[in-house]
Amino acid sequence: MSNGHGSYGEYEAVIGLEIHLQLKTNTKMFCSCAVTFGEEPNTRVCPICLGHPGSLPVTNGRAVEYATRIALALDCGIAPHTIFHRKNYFYPDLPKAYQISQYDLPLGVGGHLDVEQEDGSTNRVGITRVHMEEDAGKLVHAGGATGRIHGADYSLVDFNRGGTPLVEIVTEPDIRSSEQARSFLNQLKNLIEHLGVSDVNMEEGSLRCDANVSVRRPGEPLGTKTELKNMNSFRFLARGLEAEIERQLSDLGAGEKVRQATVHFDPSTGSISVLRSKEEAHDYRYFPEPDLVPIVLDEAFIEKQRAELPELPAARKERLMAQYALSAYDAGVLAGNRSLGDYFERVAAEGDAKLAANWVMGDFSAYLNAQGFTVDESRVAPEDLAELLRLIADGTLSGKLAKDVFATMAESGQKPGHVVEERGLGQISDEGALEAIVAGIVDANPSAVAEYRSGNKKVMGFFVGQVMKETKGRANPQLANSLIRRALEA
Amino acid sequence: MSHDVYELSGIRCRGLLESGQASATELVQVYLDRMRGVDKQVGAYLLSNEEAALQQAAEIDAKPPEERRPWEGVPIAVKDIMATKGVETTCASRILSGYRPPYDATAIRKLKEAGLIILGKLNMDEFAMGSSTENSAYQPTRNPWDLERVPGGSSGGSAAAVAAAETPWALGTDTGGSIRQPASLCGVVGLKPTYGAVSRYGLIAFASSLDQIGPLTRTVSDAAALLGIVEGRDPLDSTSTGLREPIRLPTERDLAGRRFGVIKEFLGEAIDSGVREVFNDACKTIEALGGVVEEVSLPSVERGIAAYYIIAPAEASSNLARFDGVRYGYRSGEGEDLLSMYTHTRSEGFGPEVKRRIMIGTYVLSAGYYEAYYGQAQRTRTLIVQDFNRVFADYDYLISPTSPSVAFKLGERTADPLAMYLSDLCTIPVNLAGLPAISLPAGFSQGLPVGLHLISPHFGEQALLDAAHALEQKFLLEARPNLTEVTE
Repeated sequence: MSNGHGSYGEYEAVIGLEIHLQLKTNTKMFCSCAVTFGEEPNTRVCPICLGHPGSLPVTNGRAVEYATRIALALDCGIAPHTIFHRKNYFYPDLPKAYQISQYDLPLGVGGHLDVEQEDGSTNRVGITRVHMEEDAGKLVHAGGATGRIHGADYSLVDFNRGGTPLVEIVTEPDIRSSEQARSFLNQLKNLIEHLGVSDVNMEEGSLRCDANVSVRRPGEPLGTKTELKNMNSFRFLARGLEAEIERQLSDLGAGEKVRQATVHFDPSTGSISVLRSKEEAHDYRYFPEPDLVPIVLDEAFIEKQRAELPELPAARKERLMAQYALSAYDAGVLAGNRSLGDYFERVAAEGDAKLAANWVMGDFSAYLNAQGFTVDESRVAPEDLAELLRLIADGTLSGKLAKDVFATMAESGQKPGHVVEERGLGQISDEGALEAIVAGIVDANPSAVAEYRSGNKKVMGFFVGQVMKETKGRANPQLANSLIRRALEA
Repeated sequence: MSHDVYELSGIRCRGLLESGQASATELVQVYLDRMRGVDKQVGAYLLSNEEAALQQAAEIDAKPPEERRPWEGVPIAVKDIMATKGVETTCASRILSGYRPPYDATAIRKLKEAGLIILGKLNMDEFAMGSSTENSAYQPTRNPWDLERVPGGSSGGSAAAVAAAETPWALGTDTGGSIRQPASLCGVVGLKPTYGAVSRYGLIAFASSLDQIGPLTRTVSDAAALLGIVEGRDPLDSTSTGLREPIRLPTERDLAGRRFGVIKEFLGEAIDSGVREVFNDACKTIEALGGVVEEVSLPSVERGIAAYYIIAPAEASSNLARFDGVRYGYRSGEGEDLLSMYTHTRSEGFGPEVKRRIMIGTYVLSAGYYEAYYGQAQRTRTLIVQDFNRVFADYDYLISPTSPSVAFKLGERTADPLAMYLSDLCTIPVNLAGLPAISLPAGFSQGLPVGLHLISPHFGEQALLDAAHALEQKFLLEARPNLTEVTE
């Protein structure tokens, strides 16, 4: 019925995303506890983030700076005067029974992100708002079938995460397919990586994504939307959206209406479960947080944050094309992943940029994919790859041998010079030495020589093979070719 | 050592310690004895800190005098709404029974840093909601001037303890009059500082935009001294500012050229005739000291109670939501799932007045009602601020009776919340505007104390204390509560 690319018969999907990013600040949003991941539960807590009676929040200035940079990078307008609200609800992971968040005066509004599609076209996704808030604690439900709180034998709560600074980004409903959603999220992730303000790791929860999903016939008003939660990887995001779009289409196909609901995607079964309406009957009773004073962001502050913005992906792509004479495609791939782009630039700094691009996007990326590594986890340092490329450029290694050396480097973490030496792989480009070998082979094969001289030029391949055999593949192929030709035609 | 406890102001305690006429241990013992003698009748203390107080006193006595800080060894007691590390802090609520905070409130930390000795924790209306201290989940507190009567509230324990000389100094909190009204009813000095002057960090919140910690003492100079110790900007409270200048002990003896505005709207039918008489006499005293007294009108303050009973419950409904039985305090044994555990815990843990205000607050913040109630109340609050600003262009002080009546009998108003709410008619608009104000004993009606209420512009604490001191020296009230110490 659907292919992920926005073709749903006579219908189209309308998707808006709500993204939560954990900011990579040293301390939490409203207290001085360290922001950490994977520590012993309930060790990064204090009276403030545990919501002890009498404790008060104090806003983390660095978090406001980071959030402002995110809003600026998304071309949002920055509110000169912004305040926090309390969002009131009871839940065991929320120790104050309210979340300090932003409501009708968010930090940033009205931005956009231009998302490059695979076909080269651009999809502009509007950014409704960018706001700051605090994260809740983490609940672990033990026992029960669903892993959710209902039916659990007991639940444990870890408040280490509670109070971590979050930025929420809400998009306009400008996304039309799961594939577009995926590329939007990918390019947003890359943008944030360039800003360096969040780890944007979906598996670790520093990047989280909910979606508002509806379907309609093109041109018709928006259909009833559902809120899709629990998509904690890029793969689940796409699969969850597809499953929900199909569920809505099948409701419509059966002559039923789509009902407004919060729905969960279960990755293990690939199915969507609709939460009971009782669970979502929330009135959050927002009101201005009286414990915090309004935040005034004057022009000087905003300009300072703008000045702090690093080169962003779109500008980087342009620069990579100009500086390294890369194709638009290559520059797009390298600017589309901050660490890969950084890796490339370190390799290219020391040699042939085109060769560096081919290797980084070719063998190096293939190696990462095969191992499931991120760039940072690679065993091949950029300096080592640069050295390998130098060995190719100066003729020490043939392209083919270099691939072998690279495989050993990736396996062992050894430096290319070391691998070449240990395996005796240096390419023989010494004319005198090769000449002697060629002469020996020519002398030992008079019939083949005769055949060549009688006009069968194909015999050339035989001689090259013999030279390679003799040199264990180390002969410089161009040099070997010309020496053989010279000997045969002499 | 034998002392007339009523002669022991905080400043006098400091003098005795400095001159070596009394040791810290002797002073603490005087108050522990007094507590034992009268607190069964008064009920001011929820908790006596006897052991720690005596130990701290012994440590102070062991120090060479030149190493002591100025106020080191002076005793104090605090309303049980401020977090005291390791010492049970209940807000006089069952829901916080057994709760020992893991930290000190900033005001408590400042007391400790100054070397004051905390004698114990004082009774209050549950979560500071009430005007009689009858809403305490643990015990009533009685007015030392008449044990059949209430001490006022919510800082009733603080006012009664000072009035009964069970401590020279007390800290209370004032959200709508909770320092000034009990000070008035118990015949002591009570100061509510400018919002932000004293850090709220560790003050268990009732209504965050209104709450403020302040001193209750028997003299104006003592109030100045204690304010000087606890005020100050605190990085842990974003809304705190501290005072603009350090507080001096007041020395003024006249009010020459000072302009006093009598708030017309606070002298309506609600004011008892006996209170009105004391107030009129106080106005004459002001004039006799050289002050100018004129009537002023602030029409918006008449809507103060209405706005307050929307804003304060709204904030309270959110502030008190954290008491859910999950992490600390009381948890009901009933309930088979999360929601019913919450429901049972909160139903059993909160008293009726707290529940009433949580429900009001939840209602006024609900979708569809927010603008009509909370939004409107905030606009009213803005009008009140503007009204005060307008009259303060012409007057140095605004004055009124602190409370419309003298202390009422226990049980007299418990059935009628609205009558109880009217106790704070004159004090509530001051909190809505964030202004400083003081209640000062000005005389008696039916043998019961009547307080004079002076209000000044933001950060006008020094001027307020100066004027109150001049009046105090002129009023020269000699009467004391007649309490008989009982021996066990």
